[in-house]
Amino acid sequence: MPIKYAEEYRDKKLSKSLIQEIQKNSRKPVRLMEVCGTHTVSIFKHGIRSILPNTISLLSGPGCPVCVTAQGEIDAFIELSRKKGVIITTFGDLMRVPGSNSSLQKERAKGQDIRMVYSAFDALEIAKINPDKEVVFLGVGFETTAPTIAASVLSAQAMNLTNFSVISAHKQVVPALTALLQTKEVNINGFLLPGHVSVIIGAGAYRGFVKNYPIPCVIAGFEPVDILTGIHMLVKQIETGKKDLENAYPRAVTEEGNVKAQTLLNTVFQTGIATWRGIGLIPDSGLIFQKAYENFDATRRFQISYQQAPEPKGCACGEVLIGVKTPLDCALYKKTCTPIHPVGPCMVSSEGICAAYDKYHTG
Amino acid sequence: MCLAIPSKIISIVGDMGTVDVDGIKRDVSLLMIEDPQLGDYVIVHAGFAIHKIDEITAKETLQLLKEALAFVEKDDISN
Ligand code: SF4
Repeated sequence: MPIKYAEEYRDKKLSKSLIQEIQKNSRKPVRLMEVCGTHTVSIFKHGIRSILPNTISLLSGPGCPVCVTAQGEIDAFIELSRKKGVIITTFGDLMRVPGSNSSLQKERAKGQDIRMVYSAFDALEIAKINPDKEVVFLGVGFETTAPTIAASVLSAQAMNLTNFSVISAHKQVVPALTALLQTKEVNINGFLLPGHVSVIIGAGAYRGFVKNYPIPCVIAGFEPVDILTGIHMLVKQIETGKKDLENAYPRAVTEEGNVKAQTLLNTVFQTGIATWRGIGLIPDSGLIFQKAYENFDATRRFQISYQQAPEPKGCACGEVLIGVKTPLDCALYKKTCTPIHPVGPCMVSSEGICAAYDKYHTG
Repeated sequence: MCLAIPSKIISIVGDMGTVDVDGIKRDVSLLMIEDPQLGDYVIVHAGFAIHKIDEITAKETLQLLKEALAFVEKDDISN
């Protein structure tokens, strides 16, 4: 059975025409950043980097949720998992991320109760059947994930589940774009904006950013035709001197976004400061609990304070995440750092740049 | 975590539904979408349907793109 709305956007003929168009239009050398980890993977999987003209360099950005989670946060998760009576619930990617001296996976092997879930609702089920245990969900992700976790908090409240709490280490994309442009070493001529974060926040959420920091921006979907259309639009903007926001994914992204999801998110969370691996502290880029829901805040319940922790020795993840280095510039890449023995999170996550290079990059 | 391919809603019970993507079935929450219907194609993220694909726009975008590119190709020939 053909996969609707995927097959059509994988059309080889259309892709070829788009590449020809890009080749024809692209004159200046440009550095374009795809902000989203799912874009990175799709770009590699479909071999898009290798078919683009030499004038275009694609950089991967800080869009892999696990990768941008700060080392101090990872350490705090591991510390929490060692508390008696606590069940940690998490998405799979976080399990193998190395902390300063352990990982959740290693803790689980030592007997801590750490469970992988597919949805935050699964964590609620675990809380329901384990009333004598404290169930904590590790909330890592962007605006796409945060509303799903907000929904689980609201459900927990409706069900009077008092043994459920959440660590909100969520991050917001727009403040990170601003921070990137303010970082001296970063040199970007245009952003390919994330498809599914944009489904939630809407194209409108970027308008203020583009007005204050004029730069070509295109929201794109994940199929080859989507990505190539996005790159084509960026190239056209750059060549004509335009610095605007365009939407190459209108079948999924509207101006106002998903209002239901935004309402869930804003009911439970409010904007706060967050630390990003590679970028550091970014004001207003995190999501902290609203006062009315702070009894679901695991950092309060377990009095967790994040400590600053150095990133793994020799790991260039921080610079890779802001497009200043590629994994090939890291001395550990494919030597001591491999998907089986990852040194940094960028080699762990399926959306991580180093993992994508390892899987798809030849040479 | 981000499933890029749209999934089809094949059953609905209250706020929950089952989706099928390429033969793989999954339970998802339908809380975040307006008026879910059987047969709708949705984008799924972390166990939630987060958007109903706009079928008309999907077709229109492709059509526009094809027209633009066909136009360019013709243009090329005439050059
Ligand atoms: S290859 Fe490994 S050590 Fe190097 S930047 Fe990537 S994750 Fe870090």
